[in-house]
Amino acid sequence: MGNPLDTISGTITAGFVLTVVLYGLVKMLV
Amino acid sequence: MESLLAWGHYLAGITWIGILYYFNFIQVPFLKVVTPETKAEAFKHLVPNALWWFRWGALFTWVFGAALLMNQHRMGSAFLLQGPDAVIGMGAWLGTIMLLNVWGIIWPNQKKVLGLKEATPEEKAKAGRMALLASRTNTMLSIPMLFFMANSGHASGLF
Repeated sequence: MGNPLDTISGTITAGFVLTVVLYGLVKMLV
Repeated sequence: MESLLAWGHYLAGITWIGILYYFNFIQVPFLKVVTPETKAEAFKHLVPNALWWFRWGALFTWVFGAALLMNQHRMGSAFLLQGPDAVIGMGAWLGTIMLLNVWGIIWPNQKKVLGLKEATPEEKAKAGRMALLASRTNTMLSIPMLFFMANSGHASGLF
C-alpha cells in the first residue's frame, strides 16, 4: 500500500478517518 | 472587538485554506501535464503570488484566532484540551500544526523549488517532494480542523 497522501482521494479519506478518531478522543475529554 | 477578531479570522482563514485547496486540487495536477515552458512561466508569475497570499493568510488566521481565544480568556484551557474548550482546542492544535507546516516546511522547500534559494537539481526534487507531502498533510488536517472549529459553539450539540 502506498502513501495515502500521494493521491487526492487518499488525502481526503485520511482526513475523514482522522476526524472520526479525533472526535472520539475529544468526546471523551468534554 | 470579538466580532472584528472573528471576522479577521474567517477572512484570513478562507484565503489560506482556499489557496491550500487550489494548490492540491488544481495546481499540482495542472503542473503535472503542462510543457516545461508553461511550468517555468507558472513558477515565475503564478506560484509566487499564490504562495504569498497563502503564507500570510496562514499567519493572520492564527493570530486572529489566538487573539479571539485570549479575548475570551480561554487560550490556556483550549490548548490544554480542558472540558468543553477541548473542542475549539483540538481545532486550534490542528491549525497550529498547519501553520508550522506552512512556515517551517512548505515555504522553505518551495523557495528551493522556485529558485528563490540556491539548490542542486537533486535538492530541488527532494524539496518538491517534501513541500507536496506537507501540503497534502495540511489538506488532510484541514478536514478535522474545520470539523472542530465549526462545531465548537454550544449550538452544535455534538459534544
